[in-house]
Amino acid sequence: MKTFRIGGVHPSENKLSAGKKIEPMALPKQAVFPLSQHIGAPAVPCVAKGDMVKVGTKIADAGGFVSAAIFSSVSGKVAKIDSVIDASGYRKPAIFIDVVGDEWEESIDRSEELVTKCDLKPEEIVAKIKDAGVVGMGGACFPTHVKLTPPPGSKAECVIINAVECEPYLTADHSLMLEKPEQILMGVSLLMKAVNVTVGYIAIENNKPDAIALMTEKAKNFPGIQVVPLKVKYPQGGEKQLIDAVIGRQVPAPPAIPIAVGAVVQNVGTAYAVYEAVIKNKPLFERIVTVTGKSLANPSNFLTRMGTPMSQLIEAAGGMPEDTGKIIGGGPMMGKALLNAEVPICKGSSGVLLMSEKESLRGEEQNCMRCAKCVAACPMGLEPYLLAKLGEYADWERAEKEDIMTCIECGCCTFTCPSNRPLLDWVRLCKNTVGGIIRERNMKK
Amino acid sequence: MSPHVHSGDSVSKNMRWVIIAMLPAMLWSFYAFGMGAVIVTAVSVASCVFFEWAINKYILKNDKCTVCDLSAVVTGILLAFNLPSNLPLYIIIIGALFAIGVVKMTFGGLGCNLFNPALAARVFLLISFPVKMTVFPEVGQMTAYADAVTAATPMANLADTSLLDLFLGNVGGSLGEVSALCLLLGLVILLASRTITWHIPVSILVTVFALTGLLHIAYPVEVATPWHHLFGGGLMLGAIFMATDYVTSPMTPKGQLIYGFCIGFLTVAIRVFGAYPEGMSFAILIMNAFVPLINNACKPKRFAKEVKK
Amino acid sequence: MNTILVAVIALGVTALVLAGVLFVVSKQFAVEEDPRVGQVAEVLPQANCGGCGYPGCAGFADACVKAGSLDGLLCPVGGQAVMTKVADILGLSADAAEPKVAVVRCNGTCEHRPRTAVYDGAVSCKIAHATGCGETGCAFGCLGCGDCVAACKFDAIRMNPTTGLPEVDAEKCTACGACVKACPRMIIELRNKGKNGRRMVVLCVNKDKGAITRKACEVGCIGCGKCQKVCPFDAITIANNLAYIDYEKCKLCRKCEDECPQHSIVAVNFPPRKPKPAATEAPKTAPAAEAKSAAKAPETTETPSTQTAPSTPNTQKS
Repeated sequence: MKTFRIGGVHPSENKLSAGKKIEPMALPKQAVFPLSQHIGAPAVPCVAKGDMVKVGTKIADAGGFVSAAIFSSVSGKVAKIDSVIDASGYRKPAIFIDVVGDEWEESIDRSEELVTKCDLKPEEIVAKIKDAGVVGMGGACFPTHVKLTPPPGSKAECVIINAVECEPYLTADHSLMLEKPEQILMGVSLLMKAVNVTVGYIAIENNKPDAIALMTEKAKNFPGIQVVPLKVKYPQGGEKQLIDAVIGRQVPAPPAIPIAVGAVVQNVGTAYAVYEAVIKNKPLFERIVTVTGKSLANPSNFLTRMGTPMSQLIEAAGGMPEDTGKIIGGGPMMGKALLNAEVPICKGSSGVLLMSEKESLRGEEQNCMRCAKCVAACPMGLEPYLLAKLGEYADWERAEKEDIMTCIECGCCTFTCPSNRPLLDWVRLCKNTVGGIIRERNMKK
Repeated sequence: MSPHVHSGDSVSKNMRWVIIAMLPAMLWSFYAFGMGAVIVTAVSVASCVFFEWAINKYILKNDKCTVCDLSAVVTGILLAFNLPSNLPLYIIIIGALFAIGVVKMTFGGLGCNLFNPALAARVFLLISFPVKMTVFPEVGQMTAYADAVTAATPMANLADTSLLDLFLGNVGGSLGEVSALCLLLGLVILLASRTITWHIPVSILVTVFALTGLLHIAYPVEVATPWHHLFGGGLMLGAIFMATDYVTSPMTPKGQLIYGFCIGFLTVAIRVFGAYPEGMSFAILIMNAFVPLINNACKPKRFAKEVKK
Repeated sequence: MNTILVAVIALGVTALVLAGVLFVVSKQFAVEEDPRVGQVAEVLPQANCGGCGYPGCAGFADACVKAGSLDGLLCPVGGQAVMTKVADILGLSADAAEPKVAVVRCNGTCEHRPRTAVYDGAVSCKIAHATGCGETGCAFGCLGCGDCVAACKFDAIRMNPTTGLPEVDAEKCTACGACVKACPRMIIELRNKGKNGRRMVVLCVNKDKGAITRKACEVGCIGCGKCQKVCPFDAITIANNLAYIDYEKCKLCRKCEDECPQHSIVAVNFPPRKPKPAATEAPKTAPAAEAKSAAKAPETTETPSTQTAPSTPNTQKS
């Protein structure tokens, strides 16, 4: 069975909510939409205080090419445009909407009927995806239409669908595959058509045998699409690792992007969103969110409208356990600890994880004993112990030479360190600083 | 700050595995050398732990408990492994002080030392007390074999010793080095628990075997067979427990192979051509000094990039 | 006997030969240098802190000699005294510069600013800064990881474990600016020391709107503008919901201190104020420097220069 070649770790999977049905989440009283839910320029609000909106009404325009529009997930009245603490921990501008009823835009096709025909041209598909504000649903939130517009001179050869869900705990993609396999496959076909290729791979880790079986079965009706089971290893869901695992090619260091080796990688959630956007005219305003945690009474997968506060999801999953030490937006390896449970669900919120105090406690930091386990674990072939030291000593030049910019911040080094050293914290600081220096240098040129 | 989960691996866990891996050899030494071995081991471990604790608390004024990581215990056992069982106790304590106080703590404690503490202490003692360090008691069925560290015609003796005795440990020597079988058992434990990788021990053993094999073919009389070299003296102990010390070995597989090869080469060179009959300790210490250089030269294979240099 | 003699002679000869070599080399390869550079470097503090903007004291000395005038050149460590000496050597005049001191503009002690989260990352402000609000609800205030303490070469800044804030020892502080650069939140500012070390400071850098600030911290500036109105010297400006006192213009009248509803404006090193009716308006900060340093020490960010300096607890965070 295939997997990526360098490094990797095996965190315990803890897929507590696996196999649970997707349940629709109740509407919130007030929905909050941060304007930066994606990588790139923040969206620009196109509604004002007091405006009435419906489900699916555009409330913010894309702020540039690398940006995405935002759509209301509820019907009601715009209460204010203010700031809210989002998953980053910073206060960011956001649109607040008071919910009244549940009235949808007429253009949205709400029928459950499966459509497997589409006569649109590739450009039309991309345009529709763009108009629906679809972004990468895996967590990075890169606007999808940008990925589907290869820069001149590069040619896509295949579409790879990321359904590995290598983060422990999370099961959002898994449950989606079990319930909407045909829609996903249709979405993949649309993506393949958009970039003009005939080959599509759906990569699934073999800890989800039911999903592999179901998708393989259904994929028979969709020409060119092939399900690729992969050996379980974190961070297989990293774009570069995934391409390496599936087609055995390695994407060169930044600024090269996956298209350089002919691959377009999309998350399985994105494929579903693409289906809904193109076939059903439904912009991206809801997604599957896993709410999980060892002490949580009822770990679940919820179909949640964007803007719902996480506290409501936690309540629906059995309430906040008393021993909660950390609330994490996303998975435990790459997710961010949140300041409070009022953070709204955004396009990239794949999960809410409640960790007990004991579980989330970091061990006491000890001296590095140079065991080289971080070097063995790094999927990018870097030397985290060295990069962390360079970050601590502010030796940015040396860090750049040691290829710090290729770090994907997967956290394998910190995960594996026997001395409990916060390696990634330092590496991240170092990477951000070096990145700033490089940008400055490029500006001068 | 992500990641929020941890593998659960820890310094003390790794050290515990090292100690477990050393148990077979330790028990064998108790069996072969009796009470003397027990006393030497106990004194060595106790004094190493004491010095670690005392220096940390009173000189470095550090509140953290560095004894708990068990690295001092490992150093203590390794030091004992390198000593003859009838060594006066004060020499052991001096050795422990040198290992912990000079070689380890002056550099900042665990992880910062350039040289393997136990090995440096052994060499220090070997030079300071050459006679006491090289007179081994005759216990049990031991032959007149003097360990490689005795100055008296070790190679001739080495060639005369039965291979089986060398392998099992029915020979004289310092505590831990006599039984190749027990040490190999330790290697299996270390590998199985993923405490170390195979690169260093295997590269050392293969290099020594190959080189001594070639030399044996060329000079069958002067040079003992490669098997004798492999199982005799401190080679096994050094290759499995000393050279693989995390702190003083290179970080990348490639670097580790180079390191292992150089140690093997130096060991054979010193054993066969040098004035000292035993070369393992010196070879490892010399290569310890080169580790930063090896680390700089051997980078891991970067993702989507040719290996540098 | 003979061997000793031989050894002595051999060593002696070797020494002579090498001395000769050294002599020749030093003459042959001598570097011509303005002798005044050396002289200037000698009077400099040799702290090599880089506070002047040049690479070390030698670099600064070189710059002074080459510049021809001392305008804009200042050794923050040595201050006026050293600059006068430098001016004497070079036959120039030195501008009179006010001595400065580093001021930590955050009063978010554990008491004033409740901790709402726990930060468990690496002990570095720069890293904690990336998490946004850090441990409190304030995205602007001190993170308390001690980057400034680590940056200080003069042991002049230390963490106070009760307040969780760094404290500047005005006696030791040389205003080299290392802590200013180290702080990722730009909290530390170099301000005029003021007469007898007296100064008025807004101990807050929070730019959030008043309501948000107030939620996060009891003593955060809400930018209400009362101080600006009361100031007779136009020394106070309000920008981004935050008041700032221009130390060049401030005449230390202390009117703003009484006016501030949040007690964000703090008077440092003033003698005890005589009790007067106005004091009731500001019960918390009105007790003046001495009372503060004695009884309420944990509440002030700045250690009033001399009184508490010796008793500053030895709590350097590593």
